[in-house]
Amino acid sequence: MKRSRFNNYIILLVLISLIAFFSIANFKAFLTVDNFFTVIRQVSMLGIAAVGMTFVMLVGGLDLSVGTMQGLTGVVVASMMVNFGVNPIIAIVVTLGVGILVGYANGLIVTKLKVTPFITTLSMMTIIKGIAFTYTGGFPIYGFNESFQILGQGYVLSIIPIPVVIMVAIFIIGWILLNNTYIGRYLYSVGGNEEASRLSGINVKKVKMTAYMSSGLTAAIAGVILCSRLNSGQPNAGAGFEFDVITAVVLGGVSLSGGVGRLQSVFIGVLIMGVLSNGMTIISINEYIQWIVKGLVLIIAVALDEMGRKKSRLSVGA
Amino acid sequence: MCPENSILSIRNVSKEWPGVLALDNISLDFKKGEVHAIMGENGAGKSTLMKIIAGSFWPDKGRIVFEGKEYFHFDPKQAIELGISIIYQEFNLISELNVAENIFLGIKQGNRFFINKKDLYKNALELIDELGVELDPKEIISNLSPAYQQVVEILRSISRNVKLLIMDEPTASLTKTETSKLFELIQKLKAKGVTILYISHRLEEVFEISDRITVLRDGCLIATQNTSDISDNELVRLMVGRDLSNMYPNKEYSRQDKEILKITDLSQGTNLHNISFNAYKGEILGIGGLVGAGRTEMARCIFGADNFDNGTIQKNGVKLELKSPEDAIKAGIAYIAEDRKQHGVLLHMTVAENITLAVLKKISRLLFIDKKAENKIVSEYIQKLDIKTPFSSQSVKNLSGGNQQKVVIAKLLATESDVIILDEPTRGIDVGTKHEIYEAMNTLAKEGKVIIMISSDMLELLGVSDRVLVMRNGAIAGELSKNELSEEKVISLASGLTS
Repeated sequence: MKRSRFNNYIILLVLISLIAFFSIANFKAFLTVDNFFTVIRQVSMLGIAAVGMTFVMLVGGLDLSVGTMQGLTGVVVASMMVNFGVNPIIAIVVTLGVGILVGYANGLIVTKLKVTPFITTLSMMTIIKGIAFTYTGGFPIYGFNESFQILGQGYVLSIIPIPVVIMVAIFIIGWILLNNTYIGRYLYSVGGNEEASRLSGINVKKVKMTAYMSSGLTAAIAGVILCSRLNSGQPNAGAGFEFDVITAVVLGGVSLSGGVGRLQSVFIGVLIMGVLSNGMTIISINEYIQWIVKGLVLIIAVALDEMGRKKSRLSVGA
Repeated sequence: MCPENSILSIRNVSKEWPGVLALDNISLDFKKGEVHAIMGENGAGKSTLMKIIAGSFWPDKGRIVFEGKEYFHFDPKQAIELGISIIYQEFNLISELNVAENIFLGIKQGNRFFINKKDLYKNALELIDELGVELDPKEIISNLSPAYQQVVEILRSISRNVKLLIMDEPTASLTKTETSKLFELIQKLKAKGVTILYISHRLEEVFEISDRITVLRDGCLIATQNTSDISDNELVRLMVGRDLSNMYPNKEYSRQDKEILKITDLSQGTNLHNISFNAYKGEILGIGGLVGAGRTEMARCIFGADNFDNGTIQKNGVKLELKSPEDAIKAGIAYIAEDRKQHGVLLHMTVAENITLAVLKKISRLLFIDKKAENKIVSEYIQKLDIKTPFSSQSVKNLSGGNQQKVVIAKLLATESDVIILDEPTRGIDVGTKHEIYEAMNTLAKEGKVIIMISSDMLELLGVSDRVLVMRNGAIAGELSKNELSEEKVISLASGLTS
């Protein structure tokens, strides 16, 4: 469940190499405090959703609905404030509840109806997109209280963006859960061997539900922050987001089959995604080429990771 | 340097894992056409040595000489090409493909693009006839019994022109008749000049089939002897390093009159029919029967792992509603599964994490695991069961099979259940560890626990149990008290023979 330190260093090495590369390419624009915060602010929503996705992938599942969840939650929170005049804080809390509910639905379908996570969350992805578009007729909702903007556009101590603070807090909470609580241990256990876990008295269904609900929650948090940054509830927000989140988590060394992965490495995976986008934009690489690069980086990182794992397997023995 | 008729020589081979010296300067010769048994406790190094010969592992030091040529190590593919084949305990077959396809897996039957199906089946039949067995080359592997699957593995090695065949616990899932048939096949291979390396814990078999026996202990070569020159007591002494005249510890009858578990009319589909029995405080209740009699199915029902259609489970007079293993553990029933690798041990976690897994919630406050309490439990059980591991944060997959089994037992014992069901607890485990497990069972019984032990090992069943229930075709065929216990009676009840 915890791989050798060697493998985790590879990811760190990739991040440092990328930072070095872009620093050399455009020192003035890239290596500034301002840009540093820009990078981590840009990935804060990705990072938040990545924590929940890590939980799901640790139990061997997948959550493809986190993308369209951005649209749904943006629409829900915006609509509550604009159409129903609800206080922003209550609107946010209710929206997070919606996120948990979607996660609960995902978990229920996976555990009770036994549909595979890929298909379950793929279908859910389209269902919630449909709900968002049906409700809004395809139009964005805007015109809410300025106070709501603080969430996504405000700063702490004048330089640290609030989304970054939230992301760091969620990573810390996630890390504590995974490493110091029995829930975290159960996640790793179920992900690695479901039947042995069940025969050890673990309620496997409950553990999976917890994972999917966590993913729903973090996706909702990200969605609310996005809405605040966009100043509107966009039903089509987050298209393709799920792929970025999964990429970041896999980059961070979490195995698709479950039971293996550390949250610290996922954080680095998230940073790599951020540095890549930001760096490529600064050196004026166009967006389409950026997609190609992102794909290549993922393959290389996973391949290096596999090689590292194989090496330790040959010398220690399977 | 090499004896004339030796096919494989191991010269000063050493192999180290983190914290453990698996093989210590081993030098060994294997002759052409001999059946050579490799024996030793778990952790002795047998598996490691075999895997080095098969090319799965590389030695840290030393050399391998095969047919006169010297090598530092083999690759699996290279080993196969040289004529070295290994049949693992868990077969390496593709269950959805058929016999012929498995035999020739990796060998082209046809031209560049197409598999010539006619040739495939023709060649398969040739090999089948040559070996003298009855097998349909078109049969799907998953429809075959373990015995026939093993035959397919043997045929595969023959198709690869095997010169040295390694068999790891080949009779683990075979009946006595099937074992005899296997020995016939081994003799046929021997006649062809194939060398067989035979790893087994079963002394009777080793004495029956092997020409020479090599004993390993703690990674060292203890002795290599002609089978005819050694007695079984001597063999056990060489393996264990001490006298094990009493394999089954002297048992004081500790059964009390208090009935703890009462099973009434337990039925499940076609697997179980009206099972009824009681289990008493402080007794070791053995469950005998042939493979397929329904013993594991019954145990799993009692543990809440599977649903059943009819019947009641009562503990201490209270009827239990068990919907999951979680419920069973809460009710004080623990089950140690038959298949250690799939259902028992969490291979991707550490020793400590495995041991505390079933009681994690109990030692947590408000979600947080009490690390002090955790460490206490872990060190307690490592000591109680004498689990050999350099540290508790060792990954459990690096432990020997016997120690892994001890970890699984520790995990369930930590729940402090008063009914403990063990399903084939010593399968594939060395003599020394077996003895330790029997001692542990006795201690638990003395403490007043109910021990239910499912076993296919006749000697174990007779030596350890206070009384035995024998199952046949999903029902209880009979009960034997301590005085009535005998091998013949168990077998006749288990197979329905009236003699």
